[in-house]
Amino acid sequence: MSNDKTPTLDRRGFLKASVATSMAATAPMFFMKDAFAKGEAFRNSPKADAKTITLGFNVPQTGAYADEGADELRAFKLAVKHLNGEGDGGMMNTFKPSALKGNGVLGKKVEFVTGDTQTKSDAARASAKRMIEKDGVLMISGGSSSGVAIAVQGLCQEMGTIFMAGLTHSNDTTGKDKRRYGFRHFFNAKMTGSALGPVLKEEMGTERKTYHLTSDYTWGWTQEESIKETTEGLGWKTVKTVKTPVGAGDFSQYITPILNSGADTLILNHYGKDMINSLTQSVQFGLRDKQVNGKNFEIIVPLYSRLMAQGAGKNLQGILGTTNWNWALTDDGSKAFVKSFGKEYGNPPSQAAHTCYVQTLLYANACEVAGTFYPPEVIKALEGFKFDGMGNGKTEYRAEDHQCFKDVLVVRGNDKPTSQFDLLKIVKEVPRSAVEYEAKVFGGDLGPYKV
Amino acid sequence: MDAILIQLLNGLDKGGAYALIALGLTLTFGTLGVVNFAHGALFMLGAFCAVLFNKVLTISAKVKDESITFFDAYKETPYLELWWGDTGATIIDYSVPLSILFVIPIMLLVGVIMERGLIKHFYKREHADQILVTFGLAIVIQEIIRHFFGANPIPTPAPDVVAGSAAVGAFFGLNENLVYPWWRLIYLAFSLSIIGAVFAFLKYTTFGMVVRAGMADRETVELLGINVQKRFTIVFGIATVVAGLAGAMYAPILPPDYHMGMDFLVLSFVVVVVGGMGSLPGAVAAGFLLGLLQSFASMNEVKAIFPGIDQIIIYLVAVVILLVRPRGLMGREGVFED
Amino acid sequence: MKKILSSTPLIMLIFSVVVLSAPIWLAPLGANYPDLLQKFAIFGIFAVGYNILFGLTGYLSFGHATFLGIGSYTAVWSFKLLTMNILPAIILAMIVSGVFALVIGFLSLRRSGIYFSILTLAFAQMAYSLAYSVLTPITNGETGLQLTQQDPRYLDAIAGIPVKDGLPSTNLFGTLIKSMDGYFGFYVAAVVLIVAFYISLKIFRSPFGMKLRAIKSNQTRMKYTGFNTRPYLLTAFVISGMYAGLAGGLLASIDPLAGAERMQWTASGEVVLMTILGGVGTLIGPLLGATIIKYFENIFSALNSNELHKIFDFLPEGMENFMVTVVGPFVGEGWHLTLGLVFMIVVIFLPGGIMQGISHLFGFIKRIFGMGDKPAPVDDTVNNDSVSKGGAS
Repeated sequence: MSNDKTPTLDRRGFLKASVATSMAATAPMFFMKDAFAKGEAFRNSPKADAKTITLGFNVPQTGAYADEGADELRAFKLAVKHLNGEGDGGMMNTFKPSALKGNGVLGKKVEFVTGDTQTKSDAARASAKRMIEKDGVLMISGGSSSGVAIAVQGLCQEMGTIFMAGLTHSNDTTGKDKRRYGFRHFFNAKMTGSALGPVLKEEMGTERKTYHLTSDYTWGWTQEESIKETTEGLGWKTVKTVKTPVGAGDFSQYITPILNSGADTLILNHYGKDMINSLTQSVQFGLRDKQVNGKNFEIIVPLYSRLMAQGAGKNLQGILGTTNWNWALTDDGSKAFVKSFGKEYGNPPSQAAHTCYVQTLLYANACEVAGTFYPPEVIKALEGFKFDGMGNGKTEYRAEDHQCFKDVLVVRGNDKPTSQFDLLKIVKEVPRSAVEYEAKVFGGDLGPYKV
Repeated sequence: MDAILIQLLNGLDKGGAYALIALGLTLTFGTLGVVNFAHGALFMLGAFCAVLFNKVLTISAKVKDESITFFDAYKETPYLELWWGDTGATIIDYSVPLSILFVIPIMLLVGVIMERGLIKHFYKREHADQILVTFGLAIVIQEIIRHFFGANPIPTPAPDVVAGSAAVGAFFGLNENLVYPWWRLIYLAFSLSIIGAVFAFLKYTTFGMVVRAGMADRETVELLGINVQKRFTIVFGIATVVAGLAGAMYAPILPPDYHMGMDFLVLSFVVVVVGGMGSLPGAVAAGFLLGLLQSFASMNEVKAIFPGIDQIIIYLVAVVILLVRPRGLMGREGVFED
Repeated sequence: MKKILSSTPLIMLIFSVVVLSAPIWLAPLGANYPDLLQKFAIFGIFAVGYNILFGLTGYLSFGHATFLGIGSYTAVWSFKLLTMNILPAIILAMIVSGVFALVIGFLSLRRSGIYFSILTLAFAQMAYSLAYSVLTPITNGETGLQLTQQDPRYLDAIAGIPVKDGLPSTNLFGTLIKSMDGYFGFYVAAVVLIVAFYISLKIFRSPFGMKLRAIKSNQTRMKYTGFNTRPYLLTAFVISGMYAGLAGGLLASIDPLAGAERMQWTASGEVVLMTILGGVGTLIGPLLGATIIKYFENIFSALNSNELHKIFDFLPEGMENFMVTVVGPFVGEGWHLTLGLVFMIVVIFLPGGIMQGISHLFGFIKRIFGMGDKPAPVDDTVNNDSVSKGGAS
C-alpha cells in the first residue's frame, strides 16, 4: 500500500533501500478508511506484546480557557495514575460496576500525550490528528467548548478513534451533530433548562418577564432555546432576546435597553469571559437593585463554572445557575475524587476536571468490559452502560445519542463564602428523572460502528 | 427618546475609552513613526498594575477552614483590615483609583526602558519589522503576565460608593429608569481630563511645542540644534503612561485578563487610522464617533432592520471614511503612506 | 557557477526533491506525520502567494485570511452540493476567492500605506464577524461547515456513485486517488505547492514582477512617468488572493471542515508573520516562515514534562531535571512565549528574516574556504531583496 503513495520518489530513484525500510516501518500509519475490513486490525491497534497504550488529552492551553484546560489536564494525569495503580485510587474505589484492575488497561500501562486546542476548531483538529497519526493514541478526550468538541468528534468518527468529550454544553454535541465515536458525560442546555425550571418557579413565581442576552453562536442559541422553552412553560413571558457578539468585552450597549424594557429578569446565555463581563457590567448598571413590576429584578446565569466564577467576584452572589458537578458534594465518589485531587494539587477540582477524570475511567472500563481496544466493541460496551459512584448519583450512557443522564446541580453564588473555593452553594440536586428527554427531539444520526 | 438619550451617554462613554486608548497609539505614531503593536499589551499592563496593587493591599492573614481536610482552604482577612479596621477596609476599597499613583511611575519606567532598549533601534526600519518586533514583545509581555496571574479574569471592583448607578434621568427630571453606572461616568470624565491634559501639555509648554514641531518636520527641528530624540523618548513614556492609566481605570469595567490587550489592539488601530495618522484631534474625534455609532447600531430597533450591524459597524464606518477621505478624518499628507 | 544555480530548471528540481522527500528528512524533527506535512505545504502555498503581493509591491494586507476562509467554504459547499472530487472544489475555491479579492482589492487599493492595511483588515473583520453569526446558514457559524450524510452531491448522484454508510471521503476522480487521508493528502498538496512555487518564481522573474518591484521602490516616480500602477497592483492582489483561496480549498479537500476562525485577524496576521519571519520578498523565505510557525504550533505545544524527560534522558539525573525545569516554561502551554521571543530575536538580529541569516551563513562559509573575494549571496534571485533590505537598515 505504501508503494503507490510514493511514486514520484520511486521513479526518480531517490529512495535508497534503507529509506524504503524506514517507510515500511511507518506502514501502520497508512491505514486507511477500510482498515476495519481486516478483522481486528484497526487504526493504532496496539501489538499483542506492547507494554503500553497511549491516550490523547486535547485541552485549551492558551487563550481564554487556558486555566480550565490546565485543570482538565491535572484530572487526566490523576486518572492515568489511578488506572496504573498508583496513588490512592480516587473514584476507582467507589465506581461500580467496575472492571478496572489498577494495572493499566487490559494489562497495558497507560501513557498519554497532550495538545493545545487553542479553543479553535482548526487547531483542535490539527492537534487531534497529530495524536492519532504521530503518537498513535487510542482515545482522545478533553476540550472546553462545544464548537471544538463537535469539530473533534467529527474528525474522530472519520478516523475511527473514540472521543470522550470534555466540557461541552451545547445540545448539538449529542443532538444533531452526534457521532458514533463521540461520548459526552457533561450535561447540556436542555437539561439545564429542565433542572432550573422548578427552582425558578419556586423562587420567582409564574409571572415574570425575561430578557435574554445570548452569545451569538451555536451554544448560545441552543441554550437560549432550551431556557425559553422552560420559562415559557412556567408561564413567563419573553420580552426580548438579543444576540451579542462573542468576546464583545464591553456589553454596556446591550444592557442599556434592558432598563426600559419592562423586563424583570435577565438571562445571560454567556460563558467564560463573556459571562464575567456581562454579569459584572449588568450589576454595575444597578439591575439587581431595581424594582420592576413590583418585583426584585433578578439575573440568571444558566451555566456556571466555578473557575470562571472567580472572575466575577462579588457580583455573583445570590445568582442562580446550574453546574454539572461541584466539589462540595458529599457522596462517596465525589469525596474520594476531591480528596485525591486535593492531595495531589492542593486545590479542589473544577467541574471540567471532574468530567474529564470520569470520562477517562469510563473509557478504560469499557475496554476492560469489551476485552479489547477494538473501537466498535468498546463503543458497544459504553452504550447503555449504567454506573454509580462517580458523583451525580446513578448514571446512564444512553445508547441512542451517547449522552450521559445523571443528577444536575442547581447552584447559587455564595454570599458568605467560608473559603476562597467556596463560591457556589448547592441549592438543589435535581434528580435524573426530571432532566431526561427523548433522544429523538434533536434529530441527528450517530453513523456507523465501522468506518 | 429615553432610549436615545441613554445610548448617547453610552456612546460617549465607549468613545471616551476608545479615544483614550487611541491617543497613546497616535502619540507614538505621530512622533516616533513607529507602529506599536505592543500598545494593547501596555493597556493590559496598566490594568494589571491595578490588580497587583489590589493584591498587595489585600495580603491577608489566612485562617484555615478546618472543615476541609483534603486541601488547604483559607478564610482570608487582609492585614490592612486587621491593623487599621475600617480605615484599612476603605483603603482596599479605593484600590483602583489609588493604583493610579502606582501606575504612573511603573508605566513611565516601562515606556522609557522599552524605547531605549528596543524601539529606538527600529525608527529607520520598515513598518513590517516594527510590527513583527512589537507583536513579539506583546506576546512575551502577555505570557509573562499569564505566568503570574493565570488566564482567568481577575475581579477588580470599583470603590463601593461608586459601584452602583447614578440616577441620571431623575437628576435632569426625566424618566427615572435612566440610570448610568457611576464608574463609567467617572471613566468618561477621567478620559476627557487625560485627553485635555495631553493636549494642553503639547500646546502650551515649550516642550510640547518642540514635539509638535518635530512631528511636523523633524529634520528642520534637528537642524536648529534641538535634540528631538530625547524629547521623543519622553513622549513615548507619556504614551505608555496614558495606555497604562486607560487600562488601570478600565479594570472595574472589564475584569483584567492577560489577553485583554489583544482584544483592544485591532480596535485601537482602526480608531487611529480613521482619525488620520499622526493627528491627535483626529484620534479623539474618531474614538467618540465610533463609540457613538457602535452604541446606536446595537439598539434593537436598528438591529431589526440590519441584522448583525452591531458586529461590523466599526469596520464598515472605517471603510466608508477611508474611501471618502483618503487620510481619515484629519490625517496629514505624506504620513505613513509609503 | 552563479548562473547555473539560478537557472529555473535546477531550482525547481532541487525544490521538488526537497519538498517531496520531506517525510524522510523531517523525521528526526518529529514532524513527519501526514497532518503536519499537509499544513506545511498548504500554509506554504498561502505564504508564497501572500509574498507576491507583500514581497513584490510592499502593500501590507491584513486581511488575506478572508480569502483562505472563502476558499474553504466554497470547497466544502462544492463537496456538499456537487461532488466529492477535489478538482472542481479547488478550482471553484480559487475562482470565488479571486472574485472576492477583485472587489476587496479594487476598493482597498484606492489607498496605500497603512490606510490600505486597515481597509483590508476592516473587510476581513466584517467577513469574520458575519460568518460567525448572521451568515450561519451558509457557514454554520462557530461549529464550522461540515459534510453530512444527507448532502445532495448532485454530480455524484448523476454519476451513480453509491451512497455508503458513513461520510464519503474526498477523492480525485474516484479511482485515481480514493481518499485524501494521510500521505495522499500530503503528496497532493506538495505537488500543488511545487506548481504554485513555479508560478511564483516565474512572476518574480517576469517583466510584470519587475514593474511590481518598481512600484515598491518608488510609486510616485512611476506615476510621474505616466505609468498607471493600479491595474498591476490589483492583478497582484487578485493573484495572491487566489493563492489563498487555493490554500483554503486544499485545507478543505484534505479535511472537509471550514470554520469562521480561519478568517479572524489573527489568522491574517499569521501569514504576515510567516512572510516577515522567513524573509519578505525572497522566494523561499515565506515557505520557511510558514513551516517554522506551524512547527511551533503543533510540536512545541505538545511537549509536556514527560516528553521533556525523555528528550533529556541522556543527561545525568540532576542535569536532566535542571534542563526540564529550564525548558519547561517555553514549551507546552508556553509555546506562545517561545514564538514571541523568536519573532523578536529574528527581527532584531536579522532584518531580512531567516533567509538573510542563511545568506550570511553561506557568505561566511565561502569566506572560510576562500571561494570568491566578497561575501556574495548564493543566489541573487532568491536573496536579492533581503540583502538590499538588510543594507538599507
